[in-house]
Amino acid sequence: MLAVETISKTFNPGGVNERVALQEITLHLKPGEVVTIIGGNGAGKSTLLNCIAGVYPVDRGRIVLDGKEIHCQQEHTRAGSIGRVFQDPMLGTAASMTIEENLVLALRRGRSKKLRRGVTRKERELFRERLELLGLGLENRLSTKVGLLSGGQRQALTLLMATIAMPRLLLLDEHTAALDPKTATKVLQLTRTIVEENKLTTMMVTHNMEQALSFGTRTLMLHEGRILLDIDGPQREKTRVPDLLAMFEKASGKALGNDRMLLA
Amino acid sequence: MSASIFVGVLELGLLWGIMVLGVYLTFRILDFPDLTVDGSFTLGAAIAAHTIIIGYDPWLGTALALVGGALAGLVTGFLHTQLRITPLLAGILSMIALYSINLRIMGKSMISLLRMDTIYTDIISWGISEYFSVLILGLTATAVVILLLYLFLETEVGLALRATGDNEQMIRSLGVNTNTMKMIGLSLSNTLIAFSGALIAQKQGFADVGMGIGMIIVGLASVIIGEVLIGNLTLLRALVAVVMGSIIYRLVIAIVLQLELVAPTDLKLFTAIIVTLALSSPVIKEFVAGRGAREKGEKNAGC
Repeated sequence: MLAVETISKTFNPGGVNERVALQEITLHLKPGEVVTIIGGNGAGKSTLLNCIAGVYPVDRGRIVLDGKEIHCQQEHTRAGSIGRVFQDPMLGTAASMTIEENLVLALRRGRSKKLRRGVTRKERELFRERLELLGLGLENRLSTKVGLLSGGQRQALTLLMATIAMPRLLLLDEHTAALDPKTATKVLQLTRTIVEENKLTTMMVTHNMEQALSFGTRTLMLHEGRILLDIDGPQREKTRVPDLLAMFEKASGKALGNDRMLLA
Repeated sequence: MSASIFVGVLELGLLWGIMVLGVYLTFRILDFPDLTVDGSFTLGAAIAAHTIIIGYDPWLGTALALVGGALAGLVTGFLHTQLRITPLLAGILSMIALYSINLRIMGKSMISLLRMDTIYTDIISWGISEYFSVLILGLTATAVVILLLYLFLETEVGLALRATGDNEQMIRSLGVNTNTMKMIGLSLSNTLIAFSGALIAQKQGFADVGMGIGMIIVGLASVIIGEVLIGNLTLLRALVAVVMGSIIYRLVIAIVLQLELVAPTDLKLFTAIIVTLALSSPVIKEFVAGRGAREKGEKNAGC
């Protein structure tokens, strides 16, 4: 499905701001696998997702999706098979455009754009159907500009946009971190439903350790650009948050000094 | 004010309105402050005028002006997307380069079209009254441009282009090549601007190498006037609004000239001040409101 083979990424190489973000990361995902990724600040979680999505080119290594090498493709070329939701709810939608216009761009993900009418009646029906599942009342507001929606509504819409065209891979980068706790729970619940119903292969970065263990089927812990821990199946089921902390200390030789992760 | 001045205002407002639509497309929809305008407007005028005086059909000249504008936009787009020059600088580079190119096309700094066949004299020969020829052609051209632009912006490509101006990261994550969209937008915008230049040159009877100076500010002034007075709630409304803005701008200019409030040589200064005031209106409003509250002795008046 997805094969990440010994990829490395260094920002500003040779300069005073040189920062090694990924060091020979190797990772294989089976179809339908849902992986949560945790790690301290600067561990390389977002960089890993961004390298897979093509935001940054990798320095070394290969990325293969569905048997096709994608690491040399440009971001917009890969986007045809990769759905993404960002941390900032403002980043996933176009504020000055209507809900249906945003959705239609998402529905035609990766297909070449033509000079034909943007939104058709049939598509409008589909959008209504899908928006209803979100349970936010957006199905009756198709021609409302997205800028008028709340952060939670926008993030739910982004989630729908990321999945409506059935991506081969879904990348979620702390997509609930900027929401209030109640909305975050709701959006996470929606994510679970959509991912499970469509059996989407998913990678989700999170700061919440509880969530990292309860969501999905496999958990990775990154530290300084390396995979420190990779658990799934029965071993993961036995693991609790304190175990994770202990494993981190043992492997990295220091305490996990991140308040946000401990308190979450 | 006499009727003929009013007709003149309408004519100019409509013909320049097409240029304003081009400015709206880059500044507002694509969020790309494109300064190519000053050069591409003159480019349209120069191409049309030169084609006419060497004896070709004025319609051909106008069509060639469109092609020239499209190419100018593509050059700016290339400078920005491929050579990664910032939008402002890419536009300025094209604008400066176009100054020389326009001189080369015209062969001198001004071409007179006196007693030459233009598209206006052409439609008069179809039996349209001379008095209304510019108005009718201007109205038709503007209406067609608004309609086509509206239809285009509702297509898949149009939606992708609007999204590029709104949220580049998002639309790239949806698989759209934003560089291509910028090239399309810039090329289309400068096509319209050159079209407007060709229409204006034929209406005023000459093309001058300096006729495009400050065009970007005129365009911006019209866009702002239209948005404030008529609004941009829907796309179609916004497109009509900026053309109305162009007409209102011309009206204001006609009035201040008629009443001799501003000397013709000070017009550009006047326009620059108007645009500055319009752009800074939020700051001014805040300042006035805060001051008013403080003068009333409110302690929590803020700053």
